[in-house]
Amino acid sequence: MMRALKFGIPLLVFAALVAFFAVGLTRDPREVPSPFIGKPAPAFTLTQLGAPERVFTPEEMRGKVWLLNVWASWCVSCRVEHPLLVDMSRKRLVPIVGLDYKDKRDDGLQWLAKHGDPYQLSAYDDEGKVGIDYGVYGVPETFVIDKQGIIRYKQIGPITQEALEKTILPLVKKLDG
Amino acid sequence: MRALVAALLLAFASAAFAQAEEVAHPDARVEARLKELGEELRCLVCQNQTIADSAAPLAQDLRNEIRAQIAAGRSDAEIRAYMVERYGDFVLYKPPFKASTALLWVGPFALLALGLGILAAVLARRRAVPAPPAPDADAERAKIAALLESDRAPPGASKG
Amino acid sequence: MIPELGHFALVVALALATAQAVLSFTGAATGRMALMATSRSIAIGQFLFVAGAFAALAYSFVTSDFSVLNVAEHSNSRLPAHYRFAATWGSHEGSMLLWTLMLAGWTFAVALFSRHLPERLAARVLGVMGLVSAGFILFILLTSNPFERLIPAAEEGRDLNPLLQDPGMVVHPPMLYMGYVGFSVVFAFAIAALLEGRLDAAWARWSRPWTTAAWCFLTVGIMMGSAWAYYELGWGGWWFWDPVENASFMPWLAGTALIHSLAVTEKRGTFRSWTVLLAIVAFSLSLVGTFLVRSGVLTSVHAFATDPRRGIFILLFLVVVVGGSLALFAWRAPRVGLGSAFSPVSRESFLLANNVLLAVALAAVMLGTLYPLFLDALHLGKISVGPPYFDAVFVPLMAPAVFLMAIGPVASWKRARLPDLWVRLRWAFGVAVAAALVLPFVLGRWSPLVAFGLWLGLWVVTSSVAQLAQRLRTAPQATLGAKLRAQSLSWYGMTLAHLGVAVFIFGVTVVKGYETERDLRMAPGQHTRIGGYDFEFKGTREVPGPNYTAVEGTFDVRHAGSAQVIRTLHPQKRTYPVAGQTMTEAAIDWGITRDLYVSLGEPVDGGAWGVRVYHKPFVDWIWGGCVVMALGGFLALSDRRYRFARAPSVPAGAAARAAAR
Repeated sequence: MMRALKFGIPLLVFAALVAFFAVGLTRDPREVPSPFIGKPAPAFTLTQLGAPERVFTPEEMRGKVWLLNVWASWCVSCRVEHPLLVDMSRKRLVPIVGLDYKDKRDDGLQWLAKHGDPYQLSAYDDEGKVGIDYGVYGVPETFVIDKQGIIRYKQIGPITQEALEKTILPLVKKLDG
Repeated sequence: MRALVAALLLAFASAAFAQAEEVAHPDARVEARLKELGEELRCLVCQNQTIADSAAPLAQDLRNEIRAQIAAGRSDAEIRAYMVERYGDFVLYKPPFKASTALLWVGPFALLALGLGILAAVLARRRAVPAPPAPDADAERAKIAALLESDRAPPGASKG
Repeated sequence: MIPELGHFALVVALALATAQAVLSFTGAATGRMALMATSRSIAIGQFLFVAGAFAALAYSFVTSDFSVLNVAEHSNSRLPAHYRFAATWGSHEGSMLLWTLMLAGWTFAVALFSRHLPERLAARVLGVMGLVSAGFILFILLTSNPFERLIPAAEEGRDLNPLLQDPGMVVHPPMLYMGYVGFSVVFAFAIAALLEGRLDAAWARWSRPWTTAAWCFLTVGIMMGSAWAYYELGWGGWWFWDPVENASFMPWLAGTALIHSLAVTEKRGTFRSWTVLLAIVAFSLSLVGTFLVRSGVLTSVHAFATDPRRGIFILLFLVVVVGGSLALFAWRAPRVGLGSAFSPVSRESFLLANNVLLAVALAAVMLGTLYPLFLDALHLGKISVGPPYFDAVFVPLMAPAVFLMAIGPVASWKRARLPDLWVRLRWAFGVAVAAALVLPFVLGRWSPLVAFGLWLGLWVVTSSVAQLAQRLRTAPQATLGAKLRAQSLSWYGMTLAHLGVAVFIFGVTVVKGYETERDLRMAPGQHTRIGGYDFEFKGTREVPGPNYTAVEGTFDVRHAGSAQVIRTLHPQKRTYPVAGQTMTEAAIDWGITRDLYVSLGEPVDGGAWGVRVYHKPFVDWIWGGCVVMALGGFLALSDRRYRFARAPSVPAGAAARAAAR
């Protein structure tokens, strides 16, 4: 009897594989989750896009829940989420700070003039170093940062209406206390 | 399709953004270490390529960053830690040994032990039986005669 | 009109494949010769219609019919004619049609060459193949139709991916598919045997040539993929343990274990369950490979554009075919029986050890390839498993197998004695060790890893020489020529294939041990020295191509210290405007003892360029070794005992005798 059972082992192994494959079909192998969730937002000092003589550091946002949105004038997908951000800023739902990633200052300003500026301000990361520090690997990306300066959520890719309603806004509300 | 869009985006991109030029470090040893490290690190925006070989702008930025760190005297382990801190374990082509990857690293050798164990068990079971005792010639002849007799029986008699 | 005919031909082929399966199984189950006989003609018909469909698609590509969506997306009128033809299989849809054509082709071959088989077995084999074909054609018709129209027709196509515009890329997929699909034949034989409840040496003898042929094609296909990556991708590498590469390597490992297992089942009637399981596993891995490459569960440069519907269909297909066959195995294999006994030291035990090691290596590759998927599915995070892992794990597993490979053929069946083996092989062993200790110094510098690799390869060579010497010594013929002719092709094939492995190991060991590279910025007029050669960069110029523009660099190569130019290399950087991609075309000076490899990187201001220069000693032995392996396989295939000259008189005679009783 035991001898006969061992012939069933390949089938069992296959069944397990199929289960994994089936789940695998629902996952995206190219999406890299952020290791920063629950960790402090890395410190930096950058000039502001519209005011090169002034600087910005995330310290300034302590005590507030805020979004850090990574964008660029050359980024096509940013245009998809931008109207949502503009709408959010109009409704004053949560302060949004932009991070203009690897862009030319003039191009960035022109783009904001053309498509609307939802940002409290935009930090100008022309070399992309701050992007690397935040583990940015594509544009756009958005971080939800709490009052203590801890990153609580990262949106990879454009913010969708669904992500906004189901994840980001409820989280912001919760962090606001 | 995605490749096309990506390519177009890149084409767009190189026109607009400020991509830093990649300059090789004058010290060949720095470049050698960069190559070694770069071949263990994954380019996050590519379809499975190392940071050493990728032409993507992010890969180039990361190579420059690693170069700077090597030149500043950081060790390989420190640079790897730097990358993992920002991008997670995904960036390492050699998975670290932790609880979740224990099965990965131990697996092949456990399987080998299992395989060798099965091999030993099968070899023990299939051992060639010792040679049969030398045949007794007279007994053999009698047996043959009896068989020949039974073969002359009418058809329908069962035979093997 | 033609695309619609092609589409229609596929629908007919689906009907025929289904009929093939239904009639064959019904006939076999009820013993009706008429039904079983028709399945053969139907199989031939199925092949003709699939070929017709493929021809229709190829016609659309060659004539640049941009009203067909697939042609518009993957071809261009400026594409040279041979690439327009190759573009037929340059997309997911087209390559699935190629798969199906190969499957129909193998089915056709089985239909033609199976008259010597017992009718029920042949019928069941064709039945299984019909089922698999039906599944694939259904997949194409439901999710991946290459004949979809684009109305209104495009003015111009989007061009074939520049990576695929290459002779190697043209031949690599067909070879690969011939291999993958070829394993369906022995798979069908295995299922048929399980259904019959009978598996014996005769079954092994019938299955063996089909399996070896498929294995040869797969070896060549993988080799071409590796060689292509080397000369096309510009970074001098030839194997990355990429998930898709692994997806082709796993069936190869299973297939190698299978051909060895079949040898034992044929010669000694033993290892039956092992062989049947391997036959199922080899083809199952081909199917799993198809799933991995086309469903989007793994990231790879090779992955086709994905569509979740396709992934689901293939997964369901896997469940039916693989799950069904493994369930059949679990149910019927216990009945198949054990077979004859053998001593712990015997050729059987060496081959069993070989199979175990290959199976473990296969499992290790699968573990590494799928582990990121496992962790992600369990929400345990994302990791990457790449070359550092596979190199660390695979080599220690294969080294013992190669070591045994040199000894196995010398051991006798059923019972061998270690002291005898030692006496036969001690000279071979000694020479191999001595040479392995000395060669590294000759090649450059001492390295223990290099010495180990060389020893493994040399050990196989010296052992083969010792075997040949032994056979010639004991051969009864008078002249050397006659003695050589008396040895079977099967033995020559085996030895040649094993020598191919040795050549491969030699190539890998030397290249990894002694290759050198320089990655630097060169301005026109500058020199660099590497591997005893001097490279002078002469500058670049623009070169137009049929559907691309290129910047071509010129490099003069001289032996270090000499003034005479021995070669001029022209690496290119090509821009394909339609696809918007830039490709690096490395310039390679191929040589038996070394390759010189130059590729252009990015331009730097002042007319200078980033340049990569490589010296790779004996790198072509890697692919040469694979070619020799495949040649060995083909040689073994052509052995007399696989020729089908004899007419099947036995079934008729047995029928007559049964009637007379």
